[in-house]
Amino acid sequence: MNIRNSKYSEALQRYTQKIAKASTEDMVLNMGPQHPSTHGVLRLELITDGEIVKEVIPHMGYLHRCFEKHAESLTYQQTIPFTDRMDYLASMNNSHIWSMGVERMLGIDKDIPKRIEYIRVLVCELNRIGSHLIAIGTYGIDIGAFTPFLWCFRDREHIMGMLEWASGSRMLYNYIWIGGLFYDLPVGFEERCRDFVNYFKPKLTELNQLLTDNQIFISRTAGVGVLPMDVAINYGCSGPMLRGSGLKWDLRRIDGYSVYPELDFDIPVGKGEMGSIGDCWDRYKVRVDEIAQSLKIVEQCLERLQKELKRSPDFDPRAKMPRKIIPKAQDFYIRGEGAKGELGFYFVSDGKSEIPTRVKSRGPSFCNLSVLPAIAKNVMIADLIAIIGSIDFVLGEVDR
Amino acid sequence: MSLDEIKSLLIEKFDERIIVGEETTGIQPALLIDPDRIADVCLELRDNPKTYFDFLSCLSGIDYGIEANSFGVVYHLASIPYQTQLTLKVSRENNRDLESLPSFPTISSVYRAADWHEREAFDMIGIFFEGHPDLRRILVPDDWDGYPLRKDYKTAEYYKGIKID
Repeated sequence: MNIRNSKYSEALQRYTQKIAKASTEDMVLNMGPQHPSTHGVLRLELITDGEIVKEVIPHMGYLHRCFEKHAESLTYQQTIPFTDRMDYLASMNNSHIWSMGVERMLGIDKDIPKRIEYIRVLVCELNRIGSHLIAIGTYGIDIGAFTPFLWCFRDREHIMGMLEWASGSRMLYNYIWIGGLFYDLPVGFEERCRDFVNYFKPKLTELNQLLTDNQIFISRTAGVGVLPMDVAINYGCSGPMLRGSGLKWDLRRIDGYSVYPELDFDIPVGKGEMGSIGDCWDRYKVRVDEIAQSLKIVEQCLERLQKELKRSPDFDPRAKMPRKIIPKAQDFYIRGEGAKGELGFYFVSDGKSEIPTRVKSRGPSFCNLSVLPAIAKNVMIADLIAIIGSIDFVLGEVDR
Repeated sequence: MSLDEIKSLLIEKFDERIIVGEETTGIQPALLIDPDRIADVCLELRDNPKTYFDFLSCLSGIDYGIEANSFGVVYHLASIPYQTQLTLKVSRENNRDLESLPSFPTISSVYRAADWHEREAFDMIGIFFEGHPDLRRILVPDDWDGYPLRKDYKTAEYYKGIKID
């Protein structure tokens, strides 16, 4: 097929001409796809004038694994391992939202036992802490602070170990299933988790002393990459990105799915303490504060799981699992708060088959990354690194 | 605001033909909108103080199958001030010829978030968005043949002379 001269290739030609013109007048610099600061295989084409970045053109797709195509040829249950591979730093959250969507379509979301829901929230919040620890650690290393990276990975290792104990895998769990769980928590998990919370709380204070209040870190991030709230909303940013811009918007509260309405936690927002509202430091700080809130949720879940929802020998986490998953003919969009923001799945079911007709996934990183060309105009190249790190995207989710 | 109120608001602002149908069978009702005026509808819903649908959650292109021969786009809007959600749909019959893609107006001037989502729909399903500022492929390479999420897509055997296993 030759599309070279049709109206469908006009944009491509415009782009080629722009780059050709820029390479004679300015300098075109390729950052990535193997650059360590792009957090994966992202290629940024920079049009630069000396040290000033005039324009950023992101190119992605290097990690495209046809998630939607796979989902359209497998049953709902079989797709769960693929959802794990989207945002591979917070796999639990992905499979939780996927399962929740299918359960709502089947109309069984109210029948899920409380213990299962609490275990789901517990592992999701642990995974969220792990994901935010990576975000903070790699952000530090991006702008030259090496120690926080090692500390964050040390503490994340405990979470990895616990989730491996529960699911059998370190990163890609396949633990939350439609209508239930893979297994109940192993005996002694609650106690070990409590030990971790007690161990981790002082470490969080240490991390704050080391990085959050570090003057070098503040000078590199405060007032850099300011994202105003209206721009953030218009670009579809969500999660810590949107909250960093000062909007109290958390789907765990807004939609109140699973058992989140029964839990007590705050929603941290950016206040512009060091620079202006919505700068890189604010986005970083929101993640640090969210870790503390997630710890609070974990503690409350443990409290319930050890008291009124105690494990019993006859408890079967697979009891409510449907044998055949055939939702009624309908389409349904489910959204939930992943570690990076609003994670959504759009299902179209024909009511006859076990395989969905169409699945679209809305990755939060995809939308968060799309704002980069808007906020990285006329910044220094070094500041661009700071902005990229503060967005905290995972390329597995951008490319799917 | 309920779905009926939004409906009457749109009919009042535009005319009767703006809404071509309604889907109320599933758990999420949807409004079917006249494809040519979807951008105006989105702009109205975004700026009207009674609705304020200021957040585009998701935009999905759909191929409705080989028999139906029609293509659609589904918009999931959310209102941050009112904490509500709304689904809008447009669809159009079109042949499967790769030289004449189904075409809808872009809403990337209303929601900048639609920019990349529309590029993705173009890339994957082959839906053209009129007036889009930069409608290049986004996930697969620029010289890729065909649109992978179409129902009649045949997996490529070669890419630039290299056999794909």
